[in-house]
Amino acid sequence: MTTSTRTETLAKPVLGTHPLVTRLRDTLVKNILPPVVILAILIGIWEALCSSPGAALPAPSQVLSDTWELIVNPFYDYGGNDKGMGWQVLASLERVAYGYLLAVVAGISLGVLVGQSTWALRGLDPVFQVLRTVPPLAWLPISLAGFQDSNPSAIFVIFITAIWPIIINTSVGVRNIPEDYRNVSRVIRLNGMEYFTRIMLPAAAPYIFSGLRIGVGLSWLAIVAAEMLIGGVGIGFFIWDAWNASMLSDIVLALIYVGIVGFILDRIVAFIGNRVTRGTTQS
Amino acid sequence: MASHYLSVEQVDMTFVTKGATTNVLKEIDLGVAKGEYISIIGHSGCGKSTLLNIIAGLTSSTSGAVILDGKEVNAPGPDRSVVFQNHSLLPWLTVYENVALAVNKTFARSKTKAERHAWILKNLEMVGMSHALNKRPSEISGGMKQRVGIARALAMEPKVLLLDEPFGALDALTRAHLQEEVMRIQDELGNTVIMITHDVDEAVLLSDRIVMLTNGPSARIGEILEIDLPRPRNRITLADDPRYNRYRQEVLRFLYEKQRKVEHLAERREKTAGAAPAKKARA
Repeated sequence: MTTSTRTETLAKPVLGTHPLVTRLRDTLVKNILPPVVILAILIGIWEALCSSPGAALPAPSQVLSDTWELIVNPFYDYGGNDKGMGWQVLASLERVAYGYLLAVVAGISLGVLVGQSTWALRGLDPVFQVLRTVPPLAWLPISLAGFQDSNPSAIFVIFITAIWPIIINTSVGVRNIPEDYRNVSRVIRLNGMEYFTRIMLPAAAPYIFSGLRIGVGLSWLAIVAAEMLIGGVGIGFFIWDAWNASMLSDIVLALIYVGIVGFILDRIVAFIGNRVTRGTTQS
Repeated sequence: MASHYLSVEQVDMTFVTKGATTNVLKEIDLGVAKGEYISIIGHSGCGKSTLLNIIAGLTSSTSGAVILDGKEVNAPGPDRSVVFQNHSLLPWLTVYENVALAVNKTFARSKTKAERHAWILKNLEMVGMSHALNKRPSEISGGMKQRVGIARALAMEPKVLLLDEPFGALDALTRAHLQEEVMRIQDELGNTVIMITHDVDEAVLLSDRIVMLTNGPSARIGEILEIDLPRPRNRITLADDPRYNRYRQEVLRFLYEKQRKVEHLAERREKTAGAAPAKKARA
């Protein structure tokens, strides 16, 4: 990225323009312009398709005017479920945070176990392979029966959805630690704990983080569906509620929120992964 | 035999893979004096690296023993530090941290924190890497990585320094440069060194004795050649030295006449089957 920008500035030095301004304009043209153009085209098509009087779905202009209250005031609270979009999203994020963090701890531990021990791999892998294909929502009734409460059930659904890619990626990462690193640690005589923290975790980190990234995406997918069923405050139930009240514009706005939050979650995990695994990639 | 600093006694190595047994090393007997520089040379797949791994304790021999300074070797340890063929630096640690990991573990009790810090710097200075303390392995060249690998091994103050084709992956110029450095360091510290190589010039230039292995399977020590050349040695003046050339010829004759690789089809198939486990043990 930087090199290409630099060569371009070198190739055509614009007289009288500050290099920073040139670079800023370059990034703007290269990275911001294309998505803006595409977005404008898509919204245009949508507007054209839905602006006729008998259209089943609201046009963008309609959505904007219907939901203006919700957009400008995301943190109102009229009691009960009647809360702003900000609160709804935060309630969902809270459930995801609990479920996901539990999945991270349990998933990495189990992944290390399965990656280290052939016996554990043979015993647990078939179980994992079967359980991971169970759709998230199929877990909901049984967890409702078990927990007798909607909130822990939703958290459990998140947990059980996010844990499989974390386990599987961690175990692959641990199994793929180069023999050389093991030999180094044996010559230095690192003990088990030192080997775990100094060699295994950093060596497996790229795999672990790709599992974490898939996991966070799946959690966010599952929460919306789970909340539709359990009710209460949360973006999933907000959508269901809006559907029942035939407020299609609210649904559209909620979908945009869901998409953006999911995107941000993915970026956050990717960012942490990049920071942590900086340099870990094979040299 | 008991008078030797390091002795390899009647070492046999047999790998068993899927019911097929391959005898890689047979009745290896070798005595090494303190401060001696020994090269082990042989065709690829003959079990050189396996022998080095047995001395390092990374692989256990099927029978026979390795005795270092009066004690039997049966596990890896810092008294037999290894410079691995592909440097094996941990990519997530800086140059300084790579050496520090070994030093802090090896001298956790015997040196204070300040002493360990000074010792790390001293060893990196010895291999000429003081300028790159905070660089990661991916940011330095192959030759520099191998220097750091050497510094890490030296910093453990090993009784025997084991070099596993340390210059194999380097270009000719870098290799020559590093060979001189190793000679200088060995002159200075008087280390006992065992080096695996397949480079005849390298073996003659660096060694006090060259141990030539016959072709596998069941490789044995074919000949041992004493290199009686004065130190410090200089590759340019040695090029005209008749003794140097005679030594070279003797090794070449062993490798290309007495132990010429016979490439019959049937034998080749057998050999690849035999070489597979040996390679695995190294990778």
